[in-house]
Amino acid sequence: MKIRTLIIHVIAWAIALAWTIPFIGVFMASIRPYEEIVGGWWNIEKFTVTLENYWAVWTHPTAPMSRAFLNSFLIAIPSTIIPIFVAALAAYGFVRFSFPLRDMLFLTIVVLMSLPQQMVILPVFLLETKLGLWNTHIGLILLHSAFGLPWIILFLRNFFTTLPIEVEEAARIDGASDFQIFFKIVLPMSLPALISISVLQFNWVWNDFFFALILLVSPENFVVTQTIPVLKGRYYIRWDHMAAASILAMSMPLLVFALLHKYYLRGVIGGTVKG
Amino acid sequence: MRKTPFLFLLPALILLILFVIGPTLFTLYMSFIDWTGKAKGFVGLKNYIEIFSRKSIINLEKPPLSPPPRGALIHNALWILIHVPLSTVLGLVLAVLLRNVKGGTIAKSMIFIGMVTPMVVGGIILRFIYDEHAGIVNAILRTAGLGWIARTWTAYPDTALFSLILGSVWIWTGFCMVVYSAGLETIPDELIEAAKVDGATSFQIFRHIIVPLLKPATIVVVTMSVLWVLKVFDIVYVTTLGGPGGASTVLAFEMYMDAFFRIPANYGTAAAIASLLTLITLGFAVYVIRLMVR
Repeated sequence: MKIRTLIIHVIAWAIALAWTIPFIGVFMASIRPYEEIVGGWWNIEKFTVTLENYWAVWTHPTAPMSRAFLNSFLIAIPSTIIPIFVAALAAYGFVRFSFPLRDMLFLTIVVLMSLPQQMVILPVFLLETKLGLWNTHIGLILLHSAFGLPWIILFLRNFFTTLPIEVEEAARIDGASDFQIFFKIVLPMSLPALISISVLQFNWVWNDFFFALILLVSPENFVVTQTIPVLKGRYYIRWDHMAAASILAMSMPLLVFALLHKYYLRGVIGGTVKG
Repeated sequence: MRKTPFLFLLPALILLILFVIGPTLFTLYMSFIDWTGKAKGFVGLKNYIEIFSRKSIINLEKPPLSPPPRGALIHNALWILIHVPLSTVLGLVLAVLLRNVKGGTIAKSMIFIGMVTPMVVGGIILRFIYDEHAGIVNAILRTAGLGWIARTWTAYPDTALFSLILGSVWIWTGFCMVVYSAGLETIPDELIEAAKVDGATSFQIFRHIIVPLLKPATIVVVTMSVLWVLKVFDIVYVTTLGGPGGASTVLAFEMYMDAFFRIPANYGTAAAIASLLTLITLGFAVYVIRLMVR
């Protein structure tokens, strides 16, 4: 039995390590000069560690990662806060009030969750061009906020139904209004669910490529995901630069995952992965 | 009738109508309009007839089992047929394998990284590992004595699509594993211990206890995988731009090409492709939605 356990451990860990080899490769390519990795990053007779690749993409003349990082934050933070707040209000409305067509309206919203991004982008593109919101951060934030609503509403509604109604009723007897109850009682009690959703929504927006590709066209507005393909190089693929940019781009979502991975996985399992 | 519920719902409804519901209906409307450059009027099913007669959407002249390009619709179908069984089985096996392993949480996180990473980065990594000289896939083949087939796998029509499909399995399996791991936690240890006492082998336990009890998890895994695969765009855009010669194109990418890449742009056919993709997606989504609305 001991040997069996050992074998399972070896196989399991071997697979897990094999799974990360591509990431290890990219990391190796990002910290070494181009000549050392173009023939294979696994050749380590010559191994020079350098941060030049990171510096090169961070300060790239047309599409610097530094500005892309700032843009990604400027878009991902409001695109996380706005839909969560709006969805929390709506989810609470669905759970605690009854009104005509409530269940049908809720189901309609949930169905929207599975829409491909391609189904909304053309009219949004035309609308935002008319309103002067195209190629602005606000235009992208509005779209992300709206597109994230359906799954956040579903997730929070499922969570709110588990909250004890007695606390809210007691507050109502003490004279609290609906909105006071929502802000002072329901939201604080929902903190774990709100964190799970923030983590997922932030990463989703940060990782999005398609919406940004259509709605942002000036390099000074580019987000991180959009910037990477731009750094490809003109005559041959700059693996060193692409690797450094890739590591930078994934560092943020990875950091969020590492710090809050319990909340992250709860979000993935509790609702579903969006996308 | 109190007004409060509407105040709670109002902001969400405004955002949804302006940026999701309205645009969805308008895209559907656009798919019946001749819209090349300018909107020129209602044309009935003309856009749909056009996309279905395009070789880049569906190429029926090629015999079955011949290499791509076979058209985006068929590529999407192939993607589902290959990706979904692979990632589902791998996810299940990994979840079971890592269940009682020391440091299993860390090992699982390592496999899950693909899901946390931007898909664009996933695409760059795929292009990198498949590269003829810089890619590890070819280094492994050379070590195994298969150096003669080494090449940039994403650059040839007969291998580009399948390379991307395998890559997408690598990216996505972490999701399947995590859902199955959560499902495994609901199976009481006593049940498995009892089976062991009765003399059941590990495989029998897996086949007759674990797999049947994980059926709800399997439904979620399969439908979510199908939905994810149908929407594949980023890795195609980054690695091959649908090429070479349309050999790795998919519906989402063809929609992008019609609307934002080809000159002149054809919004009518782009909207038709988007509507077709949505129709297929909704068909699969109904299953998973029924499970999620508790």
